[in-house]
Amino acid sequence: MPANDDLEKAQRFREAALPYLDDVYTLARYLLRDASDAEDAVQECYLRALKHFDSYRGPAMKPWLFAILRNVCNAEYARRAHRHSAIEDTPDAAEQTPMWQETEASPETEVLRSRDAGAIRKLIDALAEPFKETFVLREINNLSYREIAETIGAPVGTVMSRLARARAMLRAAWMAEEEHSK
Amino acid sequence: MTCDEAKILLHALLDNELDAGHAREVEAHIAGCPGCAAEFAAQREMQRVLAETNLRYTAPASLRSRIEASLPQRQQPSRRSVLRGFAMGSAVSALAASGVVAVVLRQDDQQRILSEVVSAHLRSLQAGHLIDVVSTDQHTVKPWFNGKLDVAPPVIDLTAQGFTLVGGRLDYIDARAIGAVVYKRRQHVINLFVSQTSNAEYRAPKTETMQGFNCRRWGNRGLNFWAVSDIGADELAEFVDKFEAAMKANVEG
Repeated sequence: MPANDDLEKAQRFREAALPYLDDVYTLARYLLRDASDAEDAVQECYLRALKHFDSYRGPAMKPWLFAILRNVCNAEYARRAHRHSAIEDTPDAAEQTPMWQETEASPETEVLRSRDAGAIRKLIDALAEPFKETFVLREINNLSYREIAETIGAPVGTVMSRLARARAMLRAAWMAEEEHSK
Repeated sequence: MTCDEAKILLHALLDNELDAGHAREVEAHIAGCPGCAAEFAAQREMQRVLAETNLRYTAPASLRSRIEASLPQRQQPSRRSVLRGFAMGSAVSALAASGVVAVVLRQDDQQRILSEVVSAHLRSLQAGHLIDVVSTDQHTVKPWFNGKLDVAPPVIDLTAQGFTLVGGRLDYIDARAIGAVVYKRRQHVINLFVSQTSNAEYRAPKTETMQGFNCRRWGNRGLNFWAVSDIGADELAEFVDKFEAAMKANVEG
């Protein structure tokens, strides 16, 4: 039978961390692009989080959980090394993608058609790391720039440039697909 | 401000991350630069479309249950004796002796719980969510639940009676992990959800319908049962009768 301290800690942990389960799972789905790998990663994330809960000092639970999840995902990337590159490995090609390609067109022609969630998720999934990660943390998990910086352990300036590039790449891919479907 | 700078900072402007001074600078640049103005408008448009779309995922209930189950649980010795009582088929006496304190479902919660049970049934039908332990052998499924839940659900093989046991699963109803025993009737799935209750009295089975599913609910031996399926009400009633008969035989045997 677990000691009372453990039960009390588990209860605090439950109240603090479980409300973010969907957030953590969402990030895992985008980072790993696989439902069952994402489940495993999230479970491992919560196990580690509970283990280190004593050292958690706040203030924000969400970035803390995300940072743990990120470590778990990096281990998963290493396991899949032959297929994917880790978040830290910045693909050269992506770095060299021009940040803006279509800016000469007039705003009228640039209106994007609303798409179903599945199609947009696919476009996001196709973004290269580490841009996708920053994009998802901002646009889907609603973290502030400072929280993203804390999560990924990079300066706010890096967050800003990655986000700008991620959005430029997403928009270019989106428009290319619309062009294609015309 | 150069266009290179503006094309990064305009995102911070979109995200309300700039202080007033920098926001004014970026706005001033955009006002005088058609290229950056177009980029800003396009990005604002994309952000609007993204905000209108649900791009989040929902964690499967089975994942929630697994995480819940991995946390240290409050366990009372009396409950464990109930659990063993089940395993040995002497549940009635064990329950009478223990004065179990457990899940008390308030009457006004019944409707909400019914809808949660039906949702759990629906989720279970999605690919890969039906079964955590796959086995047609009750002696494999039953021990699998031990230690994962406050109370292990009774697992009874009804294959001979026309309802095939296919496995078990942890699910999540009313904010707690509970056991689901999964049966099949032809190609139709029957989920039998089992939770503990302090009410040891027998409550007769009652069928309700929600979202096109039949749910037959009853209470016996200190447990609440919900059998959910898309099979007809009469077949579901047959399932419950066979299950209860087999339970009774187990307890008395």
